[in-house]
Amino acid sequence: MSGMVIIGGGMAAARACINLRASDYQGPITLISEEALLPYDRPPLSKASIMEEGEPQPIWLLEPDIVASLKVDSKLGVAVSKIDRAAKRVVLTDGSDVAYDKLLIATGAKPRSLGPHALTLRDHKDTLELRKRFVPDKNVVIVGGGFIGLELASSAAKRGCKVTVIEAQPRILMRGVPEAIAKIIHERHVAAGVEMLTGTAIETINAHSVKLKDGREIPADTIIAGIGASPEVWLAQEAGLTIENGIACNAQMQTSDPDIYAAGDCCSFVHEQMGGRRIRLEAWRSAQEQAATAVANMLGGSKAHVSVPWFWSDQYDLGLQITGMADMGPRTVTRIVSNDALILFHVAENGTLMGASGIGPGNSIARDIKLAEMMIAKQMKPAPDALADPNVQLKALLKG
Amino acid sequence: MTQWIEACGADDVNNEDVIRFDHAGRTFAIFRSPEDKYYATEGQCTHEKIHLCDGLVMDNIIECPKHNGRFDYKTGQAKGAPCIINLKTYPTKVEGGKVFINIA
Repeated sequence: MSGMVIIGGGMAAARACINLRASDYQGPITLISEEALLPYDRPPLSKASIMEEGEPQPIWLLEPDIVASLKVDSKLGVAVSKIDRAAKRVVLTDGSDVAYDKLLIATGAKPRSLGPHALTLRDHKDTLELRKRFVPDKNVVIVGGGFIGLELASSAAKRGCKVTVIEAQPRILMRGVPEAIAKIIHERHVAAGVEMLTGTAIETINAHSVKLKDGREIPADTIIAGIGASPEVWLAQEAGLTIENGIACNAQMQTSDPDIYAAGDCCSFVHEQMGGRRIRLEAWRSAQEQAATAVANMLGGSKAHVSVPWFWSDQYDLGLQITGMADMGPRTVTRIVSNDALILFHVAENGTLMGASGIGPGNSIARDIKLAEMMIAKQMKPAPDALADPNVQLKALLKG
Repeated sequence: MTQWIEACGADDVNNEDVIRFDHAGRTFAIFRSPEDKYYATEGQCTHEKIHLCDGLVMDNIIECPKHNGRFDYKTGQAKGAPCIINLKTYPTKVEGGKVFINIA
């Protein structure tokens, strides 16, 4: 008997299982994950799991008793080798196959590699390996000043390592983070003793050093590649599905095959509210929301995915949160929330709020970013003066 | 059994907002509803122990500042992913412009 089949072991896959049952779907659910573990939470892998005193345990998104109560048939440690669209079944590496009515691909993204000498972070066992290496006075060289690289730099510095971050671009976080905020994060790393080499190109990565184009050689006990991730699309590609910066979905999270959906880092989709353009998000909450949209439509709905993008990063005592699409708001309005917290609002030419980026200690800017997200969802055009004035409550603007 | 303790001044919490209150190694969240009623819950999200005081209060809902889990602070009921465990709630009373909570 065929039913719902989900490929993946992350947030989107877990959320799909939960939502299918929460929507009163009674048929079979099969979850197929290449990892031997049930789906677990990945954001802690670069932060809390590295810092924990004892051996960190995965934070389960689906605990074994939940899997049992949801009646999910979980096939772990086995990969899908082929999607047979004509027969509507997936073939597994152990030779078995599973038929589907609807298939959800939630295979995530895989870190780009820099060869055999550079580690990457993707799963729990990668974290266990990095923990072993993050001991005081060891030289840790991180290639790439993006979120994973910087979060790992923060964790390694906190564990007493001598950390160097090498970024080829003129500054860190070029993709998606405004310069004013990237500067605050950069300075925080410098204050923690991290050597920040921006605008620096690499010549070669050796077993125990990184050689730079300018001739310098940085000694390294551990080298980590944090140069982004590529969507895991090969199964979909082999099956002939349309690929466009990930598995191409419409606004309903449906691929070019009406019986196959995708969610999370592996796919791009048309975001109707964000100018109807195709975007791919690598974000924890987006993965959940996309899975929820996909499930609603796998069960016969026709729901468009309209959630405003949102993500966070924690480094040292700083919390960064970004919502909306900063690049769709060319006008920047700055709100100085306090002497150590700041929010930038990204406003379109016509005055519509399109994005907001905030940074401050802990979760100090969280509530204002949430309010900004709600204003973006309502396509509001708040007065720039009011946005800039920390004495004007955003909640008052939202309620207008 | 009752153990009323003074948590804050009634004016220390804005309307439709929340503040943190720590007492004897425990942490609480004190809420003031849009109708100017006071409520108290445990101070941290049941998902990953994030302080709720940085979260957004809208009507009767508090949203966790980190992962957007939601609770009805009047009942403690978990209302949205990723939260599935309810918050503990505590009775409150206002006397002489002070908010008291019963932590027994």
